Amino acid sequence: MSVTLLIEQLLNGVQLGTMLFLMASGLTLVFGVMGLINLAHGSFYMVGAYATAAVTASTGSFLIGLGAGMAAAAMVGALVELLVIRRLYHRPHLDQVLATFALILIFSEGTRWIFGSSPLRLSPPSWLTGFVTLPGDTRYPIYRLMLIGVGIVISIALYFLISKTRLGMRIRAGESDREMIGALGVNISKLYTVVFALGAGLAGLAGALVGALQSVQVGMGEPVLILAFVVIVIGGIGSIKGALLGALLVGVVDTLGRVYLPIFFRAFMPPSEATGVGAALAAMLIYILMAVILAFKPKGLFSAHD
Amino acid sequence: MTNNTSLTNGAPQAATAHTALAPKTDSHFDRKGLVQMALLGLLLLVPVAAYLLGHIYYVNLASRMTIIAMAAVGLNLAIGYGGMVSFGHAAYFGLGGYVAGISAYHAFDYSPFMTWPLSIPGSDSLLVVWLVAALLCALLALMIGAISLRTTGVYFIMITLAFAQMIYYFANSWPTYGGEDGLPIYIRNTLPLVDSSHSLTYFLICFTGLVLAMAITSRLMKSRFGAALTMARLNDVRLATAGISPYPIRLVAFVISAAITGLAGALYADLNGFVSPNMLSWHFSGELMVIVILGGVGRLYGPLAGAVLFVMMETLLGGITQYWQLFLGLVLLGVVLFAKHGVMGWLAGRERNE
Amino acid sequence: MSDIVLSLQKLHKRFGALQATHDVSLELQQGEIHALIGPNGAGKSTLIGQIAGNIRPDEGRVFLADTEITGMNIAQRARLGLGRSFQVSSLAEPLSVMRNVMMGVQALQSHSFRFWKPVARDRHLLEPAFEALERMQLSHRAWTPVSELSHGERRQVEVACALALKPRALLLDEPMAGLGPEGSAKLTELLEALKLEVPILLIEHDMEAVFRLADRISVLVSGSVIAHGDSQAIRQDPRVREAYLGDSDA
Repeated sequence: MSVTLLIEQLLNGVQLGTMLFLMASGLTLVFGVMGLINLAHGSFYMVGAYATAAVTASTGSFLIGLGAGMAAAAMVGALVELLVIRRLYHRPHLDQVLATFALILIFSEGTRWIFGSSPLRLSPPSWLTGFVTLPGDTRYPIYRLMLIGVGIVISIALYFLISKTRLGMRIRAGESDREMIGALGVNISKLYTVVFALGAGLAGLAGALVGALQSVQVGMGEPVLILAFVVIVIGGIGSIKGALLGALLVGVVDTLGRVYLPIFFRAFMPPSEATGVGAALAAMLIYILMAVILAFKPKGLFSAHD
Repeated sequence: MTNNTSLTNGAPQAATAHTALAPKTDSHFDRKGLVQMALLGLLLLVPVAAYLLGHIYYVNLASRMTIIAMAAVGLNLAIGYGGMVSFGHAAYFGLGGYVAGISAYHAFDYSPFMTWPLSIPGSDSLLVVWLVAALLCALLALMIGAISLRTTGVYFIMITLAFAQMIYYFANSWPTYGGEDGLPIYIRNTLPLVDSSHSLTYFLICFTGLVLAMAITSRLMKSRFGAALTMARLNDVRLATAGISPYPIRLVAFVISAAITGLAGALYADLNGFVSPNMLSWHFSGELMVIVILGGVGRLYGPLAGAVLFVMMETLLGGITQYWQLFLGLVLLGVVLFAKHGVMGWLAGRERNE
Repeated sequence: MSDIVLSLQKLHKRFGALQATHDVSLELQQGEIHALIGPNGAGKSTLIGQIAGNIRPDEGRVFLADTEITGMNIAQRARLGLGRSFQVSSLAEPLSVMRNVMMGVQALQSHSFRFWKPVARDRHLLEPAFEALERMQLSHRAWTPVSELSHGERRQVEVACALALKPRALLLDEPMAGLGPEGSAKLTELLEALKLEVPILLIEHDMEAVFRLADRISVLVSGSVIAHGDSQAIRQDPRVREAYLGDSDA
């Protein structure tokens, strides 16, 4: 097992983790502040990617596309909040699940209607392609490194937003006492719309960034959504810190598991079988991790809510 | 000290007890009873008529409806009666399906399923398949439920979803039984005395399964266990204060619910002659929930009404547009936001709680 | 077998910096009503939680008759004969009174994993539940949904639910809360009749009811029992007057 491979895979894990964090932070904020479980969060991821692909194709600029994608996701998020989500805040979780499941169907089929079933092309700009050489002779794609950078910047920005700004103060107040901030005269429905749009924008950004790495297609948000659920369950629903830690944990464990488990089983199994067993087990690894964590801490690592 | 308390006589007088001990009961011939009978009757008669007219397609469609209704009956026991919002029932549906598929696969080429520590051959007997499917699903639900039921609310929803995804990805990446391509069942598993590969016969088998599942649910909910489960859903502190721990009650209900859904999955795989990870996907978990809600949550006939509506929408709208799920989404959104009691609530009136 | 039905021995419970229960020892004897009073924030809820089983004490032990129940959960304690009512009504609203009261009977008779026989015709369940209701003078409401009951009737159903457990001790958490003078008087009368069979630990704000019903009174202030005695002694105790009656909301 080479050190180069390990470093490379660790970086891949962190990169997956940062993108998961962009998804999970919105989910966990929306749950923490509004008490809402939102399955349609994966749709904002998809909207961000499609808008970025479309705008990049017509303007030729990835950066403009990226901005447009994030803005589109945030706008769609705000719209969805105004039209549907705000009717759900005081409903049981079952209703929230079903209504947002319905939104997924509407978004997915709507997107398929508009853009067709085949994936859209979106690739990183030429100045972000290529490799850098890291210490230990690891060659690593610049674009992925940039994703890690974006993730770090967003995490810091979120930290400042929540702990230092007036909006953040209201968000924290909303988490601990919903009636109170209403009583203090904060326009609570506006706050909810802003928080929801912020989460949607971050999801859209993640979708656009990852879309350039993989492909832009209908349903792309769903696997990520479920990973993000695992992340916030592990981290403790409502906790941004938990989401960050959970995201990195899930990203690294998942990535390393997929690479090293087959290698591990090859040590005492015929190669073809080892690949199968290793891959199957690797696919289950983060869920096992989740089960173990929950067995000890049923409310996750950093529970903000009861 | 007062005289009008009955402290002095230990037992209540027999006469008062007789009149007051009997609760009011439902008639079978009120609006609700008639709607229910009509629903079940149509589900039975339409495929028989279709068969006599030579439309095998509609017989199989009715089988599909019936099986999905049965899977939803299982989920309704968890969500509707037990208040456990499981977002992972596809895991049991799919596991049931894979039991049918894997069993048939080994029976087909006479290979053993496993040789160590004990030798297990495949089997093409439906009875064996059903028994194994129910038992394995119960076991899986016992493990998943034991962890998930330690949590409540949103955690429970997400954890059941996550565990189902775990099974999904496992099936997807396990190459022996087809991985993501799925596993065909070349010859439908068999029953003694009847020809299971005959379309109407198979429908009747499925129909019997559905009616049994509904009868079991109904009986169960009237029993002591059902009384405890109802109290666990409505007020678990009350249940504990009355001396019954809610956790084991919920866990057993969750296990029974999974076994019913798993049996439906086994029937489904044999109906289609095919099992794939799609049966395990979270989309299916979501659709099952949609069916339960569309029909009317916590009502005995709700899953049936929901399944009929769902499969009809799928068939009719799906025949008009390939984007039919867009309309399903809009209908569902409308039902959740504006019509909380589902089709059965609309057809048969509000449920009385007793 | 001693006369002591419920005893708390040196209970301590701390939440962060707050000492919610400090060295509390209490006893409930056969045939008595023992009232626990104290101003808001005195730690009554925390103490009840430790008796009923939803809060674990940091130190100390709880006994029901001769059985230590400190480590048991709520359901286990209930089956051993600890009946309780809640400050805020905790009945299952959509269900009938009978269905609420029946749960306790069901818990006593055997485990609840009985899947076949319908409860609606099960005399072994219905008769004892009916009996408990009669003792609270509510048998005529047996098949009425709880949601249609008056506030006072709900209070009586709460006690009937506890009685269905054939309890050795009753823990009643502010049963008079929200009752008018008439309802309060009626419940007082019912409890007075009850105490001969089941001793009651009564947590109550209604001083009139407490002084009428209680054989003994303990006063809890800031997590500690500061006074203890019959109603005469408590009325005259200067510490109680200062700490409690002075700033009482009654």
